[in-house]
Amino acid sequence: MDFRFDLIGEYMPYFIEGTFYTIGVSLIGILLGTILGLLIGLGKMMKNKVLAFPFNLHIAFYRGTPFFVQIYLIHFGLIPALIGTTNGLVAGIVALTLNASAYIAEIFRAGIQSIDKGQMEAARSLGMSHVQAMRHIILPQAFKRMVPPLGNEFIVLLKESSILALVAVPEIMYWSRAFQGQYYKVWEPYLTAAVIYFVLTMVLSFLLRRLEKRLATE
Amino acid sequence: MIKVENLKKHFGNNEVLKDISVSINPKEVVVVIGPSGSGKSTFLRCLNLLETVTGGHVYIGGVDLTDKKTNINKVRTEVGMVFQQFNLFPHKTVLQNIMLAPMTVKNVQQEKAKQKALELLRKVGLEDKAEVYPDSLSGGQKQRVAIARALAMEPKIMLFDEPTSALDPEMVGEVLEVMKQLAKEGMTMVVVTHEMGFAREVGDRVLFMDGGYIVEENVPKELFENPQQERTKSFLSKVL
Repeated sequence: MDFRFDLIGEYMPYFIEGTFYTIGVSLIGILLGTILGLLIGLGKMMKNKVLAFPFNLHIAFYRGTPFFVQIYLIHFGLIPALIGTTNGLVAGIVALTLNASAYIAEIFRAGIQSIDKGQMEAARSLGMSHVQAMRHIILPQAFKRMVPPLGNEFIVLLKESSILALVAVPEIMYWSRAFQGQYYKVWEPYLTAAVIYFVLTMVLSFLLRRLEKRLATE
Repeated sequence: MIKVENLKKHFGNNEVLKDISVSINPKEVVVVIGPSGSGKSTFLRCLNLLETVTGGHVYIGGVDLTDKKTNINKVRTEVGMVFQQFNLFPHKTVLQNIMLAPMTVKNVQQEKAKQKALELLRKVGLEDKAEVYPDSLSGGQKQRVAIARALAMEPKIMLFDEPTSALDPEMVGEVLEVMKQLAKEGMTMVVVTHEMGFAREVGDRVLFMDGGYIVEENVPKELFENPQQERTKSFLSKVL
């Protein structure tokens, strides 16, 4: 077997562009997913079961169905219904966001519920409202505990973004598939993709470890 | 100042407070004693509605806490509470712990809040700990900070829920000392405690609770030396 490094070299600009897309959609996905996840997590914790139901349903759906199915539903169904045309990039970001939000909602809920209830009681006993207590006392402490599972979710999301290739988002796997189609090569494109993903997740877990250490000493 | 009428509280089928009526005057120091499970902590927690009340009324300064229209946050600014487990905010420095509530709830300016906090730290003997995090404090120091934090809201009433029960014995004294000083300054206090010495020395009145009722109440000297009820006698014979 001769391994064609020259073809990889030829495709390098596309791999680089793809890497930027992968990083971009992952960052946007985790950012929006975190915001949405917080709201959904808080929604799920509402005492009123009827009001909490839609949030529970959201979490159950996105955790209970494959991301592959979700992205097709969003790409071919939801986005055209909303904007009148398909748009792979928008669909990809929306799908990543919604999917991540379900997992992050559970991370938030677990983080918030892990804070000793004496903290809430102390804050309330001082006259703070529930919202003030959440904002100043519970959430800052919960965030710290959420960093490891959030980091984990970020890594999962980064890898999951490879499925965006199927709706023509020009990220790493999209170009790998194009490479395969053009040269009938398998090892060159997909090993290259594997290496890029691996480096990205390694860098990410290194950064997360440092963040955790810094938070731990604060 | 505090008036409790036929207070009842149950958790599911478990009736913890059966029928409590008592009134507490301004500047009075009332000590609540009794065996564990007697409902004394629950009773205390009903006085600022940390526990929802299932029957009867609780009035603080004439305001009925059990009335749904009552703004409980407003009432709580006037009723400070100190917990057995301190419940300091671990992500904030000692100073921030004390300043937070006045600034967020009462919109006190930062400089003013800081001055007040430092003054309170001096009062509890911990001005040198202003900038440290609670984790580096001993139990007794934590509890003194917790007292300062509650006082920062300038409450009219202070509730103490077994404030020394989680402390090593050698640290109990420093916390009781702060409480004694507070009593001397005329603070209205309700103290749930196992410290009979404190009850006797500082209390104006002692309530003995058992089985969800106030079984007996009297001035400390009388209650300790001449208890009327069998249950009081048997409890005192075990703890004294």
